[in-house]
Parts: sequence; structure tokens; C-alpha cells
Amino acid sequence: MSWTEHAPILIIAAPLLVSFAIPLLERIDYRVRNAAAVASLVFSIWMVLIVLHKIWVSGPVVYVFGAKSAFLPLPSGFKFPVRIMFEIDHMSAFMALSGSIAATVGVIYSWAFIREKEGGLGKYYSLFLLMSVGMLGMELTGDAFNFFVFLEIASIASFGLIAYRREDPASVEASFKYMIVSTIGAIFVLVAIGFLYGRYDALNMAYIAKHMKLGIVERVAFVLLVVSLAMKAGAVPMHMWVSDAYGRAPAAVTATLVSVSQASLYGLFRVMFSMFGVTMNNHFGGWMLIIFGLLSMFIGVTMAMVQKDIKRLMAYHAISQTGYMLLGVGVGLAVLDNPVALKSYGLAAMTGGIFHIMNHAMYKGLLFLTAGAIFYRLRTFNLNEMGGLARKMKYTTIYFIIGAAAIAGLPPFNGFASKLIIYESVYKFNPLLSVVAMVVSVLTLASFVKVFHSAFLGPEISKVKNVREVPRSMVIGMGVMAVICVLFGLFPGMVVKYLAGPAAASLVNHTAYISSVIGGGM
Amino acid sequence: MWTYITTGSGFWNPIWWLVSFIIVAVFVYNFFGKEVKAKYSPDKMKPFLSGWDEASKEAMQVKASNIYWGFTKAMSGYYRFLGVCHTGIINDYVVWFMAVMVLTFVAFIIA
Repeated sequence: MSWTEHAPILIIAAPLLVSFAIPLLERIDYRVRNAAAVASLVFSIWMVLIVLHKIWVSGPVVYVFGAKSAFLPLPSGFKFPVRIMFEIDHMSAFMALSGSIAATVGVIYSWAFIREKEGGLGKYYSLFLLMSVGMLGMELTGDAFNFFVFLEIASIASFGLIAYRREDPASVEASFKYMIVSTIGAIFVLVAIGFLYGRYDALNMAYIAKHMKLGIVERVAFVLLVVSLAMKAGAVPMHMWVSDAYGRAPAAVTATLVSVSQASLYGLFRVMFSMFGVTMNNHFGGWMLIIFGLLSMFIGVTMAMVQKDIKRLMAYHAISQTGYMLLGVGVGLAVLDNPVALKSYGLAAMTGGIFHIMNHAMYKGLLFLTAGAIFYRLRTFNLNEMGGLARKMKYTTIYFIIGAAAIAGLPPFNGFASKLIIYESVYKFNPLLSVVAMVVSVLTLASFVKVFHSAFLGPEISKVKNVREVPRSMVIGMGVMAVICVLFGLFPGMVVKYLAGPAAASLVNHTAYISSVIGGGM
Repeated sequence: MWTYITTGSGFWNPIWWLVSFIIVAVFVYNFFGKEVKAKYSPDKMKPFLSGWDEASKEAMQVKASNIYWGFTKAMSGYYRFLGVCHTGIINDYVVWFMAVMVLTFVAFIIA
């Protein structure tokens, strides 16, 4: 047996091990600590690619914890799965790839961004890796309670990271607010899982999906799960924590927090498609996502237009962009029971929405990192106190232009490709939805023109006179994301064919998800 | 093909777009990009400033808070409503969360 058989668990095992080893590694040298953190996440990316390859070759991968064989979901004599397991299909692997890249870039960027003199770096890196482990675990697990555990790991690590600069009262306040709403949401998730466990004596998502009968308990569980996960994903009108948390967390953390929120979005899609998709009224569920999407897109972008704090502005755009994902996938869910519409445009809308998840992780991550680069030199987020930075920070300026063009949906960057798929497929479902999506894109462009003008153009203000480019690790971190934005924009066919398309198809195909654990499917 | 995607209604090929963009950009630059610009002189600004001295360049830059003033003024009612919703108070965050939870449950039961 090859060691790569254990790739699913190694995805989280490496960063988890290193996160607890950080206090020891720190005693050797800070460079050893930083290198170990980066290496563990690069290793995770490698393991995700191995798992992705397996999924392409032989379908969803199941990995059972604590069993004699990690690949037998049902031990002999059992009719239902009793052990915790990872169940990784194209959608899970897609999310894990996106999240692990974002986390790796975040750690590389942190190397210079978080200064040694700030102190507590050991705790910072430990929490950063734990947050990444939580995010990856949420995306890989096939067990509902295990999903809750990883959700809590990611959340608790995030609370600490948001308040990392605790000398800033606003950071502590943001962390506290996030902690309150996040914990209430997590309790609801736990209650919903408890309801389902009470009904089906099982925690395995595939098993629950197979035996699901829609009664009052299931309806309550559905609403608790969906609304709580939508809140964690930052959907309007439960988005208020996003601008606080994203706005005050260190930039490298914010860039990864985007992917952590997307893990909740993944959970939302998994619940709606894989767990409840077989039995519930998908038209209702689809419209629910569409309404969340429309509100998020429009209110997010209009709130961003009036911000003068660069990170709060970007945080509101993160909310707005989540709306595109909800819209695309919502349209797919709304027509899930209509095979003609699903084939005609539903699957394309979902592909666009899912493609947008990874694009968003990259360009929004990049934009937050550029905001961090500006803060690193000017020590302010206030756009009114900036100007003429293009003369002094050439790399940062170029990266900002790439990120801004991508988020505004300008060709040939990645944001354009995913948005185009969403516009044209959603148009067939309801033209008005496409019109709103395009108007939001125009407003997004207007908002980033404002940022570009205020921060990078104009005369060189006195505060900028002695400013120079940020250190190399920050330039490299931003560069990685910028290159991905350009490559995904130039080769969207590759991403759609190998990543986003199969991910959308795997969400639609309940049978494959269930049969890979239970066998025999529906 | 790695560059080509279908969108449900059409297709998109960024390489074709990039080639077309470069051709058009070169054409536009050759025909319109060589305009002779007038020399800058502070005196030329004076008629527009009613004889006042020109302010420093830094002071003349339109700040972020003033950009899109017209847009925000026209939408002031909408922004007042958003302001009421975004209080920044944690109790309100939880109230919104609970309200959506209840509304969704009612909608789900009716549907």
C-alpha cells in the first residue's frame, strides 16, 4: 500500500501537527518556525492534488478514521457507517485546493507583514494553521458532527487572529462581535445536527441523506443549518460581522478568512444539495439562495461605495461577491428537479458560481493583501490620508490593478470568466437577475476606481514621501495570487473542465455521494 | 480547449479577446495617442480660481470621501435606511440573524 493512500488525512494532519509544534520550533529559530508553517501548507496543497487525481480516476474518495481499513465505510456486519470519515468528491477537493492555496499565501505574506517586535508570533502561526485545519476539515468531512467540530476549530482560531493586534480596541471589538454571532450560529448548527441524530441514529451525511424523510424535525434542522451557515458565509442581512472582522484582522488573516467563510458556503451547498436535495422542494431552496444572493450583491456593493476605510470597503465587496456565488448555485438548485432546464442552463449557472468561489478567494485575497501592504507602510486604512502610492509601490500598484480588474469583471481576468458564465446562464432563468448582477459589477468597478484614484494616483502627499515597496515575502505572496488571477483568466476552460465543472456536477449528483459510503445509492 | 468556455448562451475565448485588444490599442495609440499637449502654467488656472492662488497639488486632490458625492446625495434616502440597519451594535446583529431564521422557517412551512 502506498503512503499516498493516506493523502486525505495528511491534508489536515500536516498543518495540525505543525501548529502544535510551533512553540517548540520557535525555540530553535523564528525562520524554522516560519518555514515549517509554510511547508506544512504546501504539503497540504500537494496532498489535495493527489486526492484530486484519485477522484478524477475513480470517483469520490472515502477515508475512515480508526478502522482496520481506511477505505471500508461499512465494517462487516454493519448496515450504517459508525465511524468518522472524510468523503471527498470534486466539490470538496475544489474547495480544499482553493483554501489551501489561500492559506499558504497568507503564511508567506505574514513572514514579513507580522513584525517580530509585535510579539506573540508563535501563537499567531499556531492559530493560523489551526484556522486552516478547521477550514480544510469542514470541506473534507462526511460526518455532520465532525463538520461542527471543524467549524468551531476554524471559528475559535479566527477569534484569536482577528484580535491579534490587541492594542487596537477596534480589533478586540470586532473579534468579540464575531465571537458572539458565530457562537450563536454554531449552537444552532449543533442543535440541528442533534435533531438529525435523534431521528436517524447517525451522523454520516450520506446515510442521513439516503434515509431523509421530510417531517417537522427535518424542516427545523434544515432552517437552522441553512440560515446559520449563510450567516457564517456573510450573506445579507446577517453580514454585519464581516465588515468588522475583515476590516480589523491583519491582512494575511483576512485573505484566508475569505476562504474560511467560503467553507461555510460549501457547508450550505452540501446541506442543500447532498443532505436535503433528494427530498425537499428544491425550487424553494433555490429561490432562498437567489434572494440571499441578490441582497448580498446589491447591499454589499452599495455599502462599499461610501466607505473610506480601504479594508471595510473591500469587506463589503467580499459580501457582494458572495452574492454571485449564491445566485449562480441558487439558480442551479431551483431547477434541480427540471432535467431540461438543468442541462440547458442550471449546471452552467452552478459552474459559474463555483468557479467564482475560487476566483473570489484569489482576487479578494490579493486585494486584502494590497490593503495590508499599504497599511504596512502608511499605518492607516483611511483612503483620505493616501495618494500617489503608485510612484513608490510599483509591485503593489500592479497587483492592485490586477485584483481590482478581476473583481470588477474586466476581461481577460478570472472574475470576468466566472461572471460571464453566471450572467448568460442566469439570464435564461430570469433576465432581471442578470441585469442586477451586471449593475453590481459596474458599481464594483466604480468603487475600485475610487480606491485606485485615492490611494495610488494623484500627487505624492507628504506622508508618502519616504514610502518604499514592501518586503519580498509580501511581494511574493501577492504575486502568487496575481499570477493565479491572470492564468485563470487566460485559461478558464482548464478550470471549468477539470475543477469547477466536475464540482458542480458532483453537487448535482446526490447518488454518487451517497453510494460511495452506503453503496447502491438511492 | 484550455482557453475556451461555453457560457450557456455563448462562448468566451480570452486569447482572441487579448489579440483583438492589442490590435485595437495599437491602432488607437497610433491615430489618437500622439496629441500635442499644452504646456502647464499656474497662470492658466487663475481665471478658474477667481484670481486666487492655486492651492498645492496635495490640497487639490479630490479625497475619497468626496468621490461620487452626487451618487450618494441622490441615493441619500437609501443610505439613511442602510445606516439605520448598520448600527454596529452586537444586539442588532443577533436580532437580524434571529429575524431571518424565523422568516425562513415561516416561508419554508408555507412553501
